[in-house]
Amino acid sequence: MNIPTNLKYTNTDEWVLVDGKTATIGVTDHAQEQLSDVVFVEITVSIGDKLAKKTTIATVESVKAAADVNLPVSGKVVAINEDLPQTPELVNSDPYGKAWMIKVELDNPAELDALMDAAGYEKHAKE
Amino acid sequence: MAEPTIYEISSQDRIGFRFPACDVPETALPEGLIRDELPMPEVAELDVIRHFTNLSHLNYSIDSGYYPLGSCTMKYNPKINEEVARLPGFAFSHPLQPVETVQGNLAMMYELQLWLAEICGMAGVTLQPSAGAQGEYTGVLIIRAYHQARGDLKRNKILIPDSAHGTNPATSAMSGFEVVGITTDAKGNVDLDALKAVLDDTVAGLMLTNPNTLGLFDQNVEEVVRLVHTAGGLVYGDGANLNALLGIVRPGDVGFDIMHFNLHKTFSTPHGGGGPGSGPVGVAKHLVDFLPFPLVDIIEEGDEETPPLYGFVRPEKTIGRMKSFHGQFGMMVRAYNYISMHGPDGLRDIAESAVLNANYLLARLRNTFHVPYDRICMHEFVMEGHLDDAPDVHALDIAKRLMDYNFHPPTNYFPLIVHEALMIEPTETENKQTLDRFADVLIKIADEARTNPELLHAAPHHTPVGRLDEVRAAKELVLCCWLPDKI
Repeated sequence: MNIPTNLKYTNTDEWVLVDGKTATIGVTDHAQEQLSDVVFVEITVSIGDKLAKKTTIATVESVKAAADVNLPVSGKVVAINEDLPQTPELVNSDPYGKAWMIKVELDNPAELDALMDAAGYEKHAKE
Repeated sequence: MAEPTIYEISSQDRIGFRFPACDVPETALPEGLIRDELPMPEVAELDVIRHFTNLSHLNYSIDSGYYPLGSCTMKYNPKINEEVARLPGFAFSHPLQPVETVQGNLAMMYELQLWLAEICGMAGVTLQPSAGAQGEYTGVLIIRAYHQARGDLKRNKILIPDSAHGTNPATSAMSGFEVVGITTDAKGNVDLDALKAVLDDTVAGLMLTNPNTLGLFDQNVEEVVRLVHTAGGLVYGDGANLNALLGIVRPGDVGFDIMHFNLHKTFSTPHGGGGPGSGPVGVAKHLVDFLPFPLVDIIEEGDEETPPLYGFVRPEKTIGRMKSFHGQFGMMVRAYNYISMHGPDGLRDIAESAVLNANYLLARLRNTFHVPYDRICMHEFVMEGHLDDAPDVHALDIAKRLMDYNFHPPTNYFPLIVHEALMIEPTETENKQTLDRFADVLIKIADEARTNPELLHAAPHHTPVGRLDEVRAAKELVLCCWLPDKI
């Protein structure tokens, strides 16, 4: 299970990459392993949307299950990975890279403190 | 595959049918509607008969083998149901006939409504919804109409435990509600603290599947119902698992306000490709006025000499029609027949045997497979299709390997709260020998998983087609039966 140390994590298997005031969001390697082959991704928000924490931003569907992806922090959407819905298999092959889903401008960077670090997430994922 | 497609057995200019001479003046079709590139299979009648007969032999059904598909209650469908449904008075009536000419049909529907209400402790029943999910939709629309009629417009949420059927959140979303998930506690019950944390005056209702999708009776059910009612919400019961409760618990007595029935599960009408579903809905007294229109009722009381006159009534605050005409009438006939064959004691026997069979299988398998919420189960149970000493073998591999032993696989990867879930529902119609054979095979497969995992990865080996590429099937959606490039 790949858990990069430079990211923050939620207990619902989303990752957050923070760069200044911008946060990039996707789902973890552990999540894609649980889901197995991803066949469908729909991003359900648009650029400019002001979203509260825990808003559903995407739906990921595999041959086994469908799962919502929720926003770990509140913020305004500044970018969307338009290519991902055409290439949903990237969630399996490159969950922390090409399978990023959206970028938001953080409303409140203090919300990041509630997220897990890599060690915390590893412990969570093994439970 | 052993059987070619009908296009592959087509031979140019072979004709299977000759139209009679045209006895009306010929009229040309509008030019825009004429196409000449539409290939039709050119086959004789015998080719067609052989082709579809051969295909039908590839079917797997409850009549040909064991079908322990969790959550689906694939019980045997008695053949006498079919005979009764084909009686000319049932089979050849039309929903637009004047009610005076179909009194027997209406009397049957009226009585079935009463019976279902009695079985579940509800005050009124509509037979209209054509499947379980449409029954849910009917129920949630009734919840919405109930709050709206009281002028309580802020209730925009439906709570759904994560052990509920997957259709529950879909139904709520389709009815315009926000879905809020509730977690399951360590015993497999609704987590009461999680429930309390989200209950407020914006909650329209909660949808509870009991027994839940873990096959467990929710021990907190009375408290769940009390808490939701205290917050002003209604409680919907998903009746898909009613087979476990027949004649033992009436959801209405526990405080459920609405529930649906799956005639195609609990009441032995065919399903899984064998026939349409049917999802009647029962409601408590305070919701009877909201039932869909039309509803069968007595419109003129009878006396000792004259039978009553049955007809249709419109509930005062009805949510309207859920379906054209009156629902899946043929399924109602079968369910009516099934209930009258068994009677109250027989229905209780069904539930008891279904629960006993599930617990017997669980007892035989719990030492081989991990059962995460291991306590006395109801009509089904969920185990992990994964063994610690065979890490590369997954639930899917075990399911596929079962097909080599001529068993239909159990439901897999559902519910989502169990890792590598295999959900097994034996039903009451199987005998001990079949259950033993199934358990023996699963134990053998566990052994194969340890000694020869490749055998499982490549399974099934003895079916008309081998392992299907599910990823490709989900991604390349070819919904057209005609593929000119590939013929």
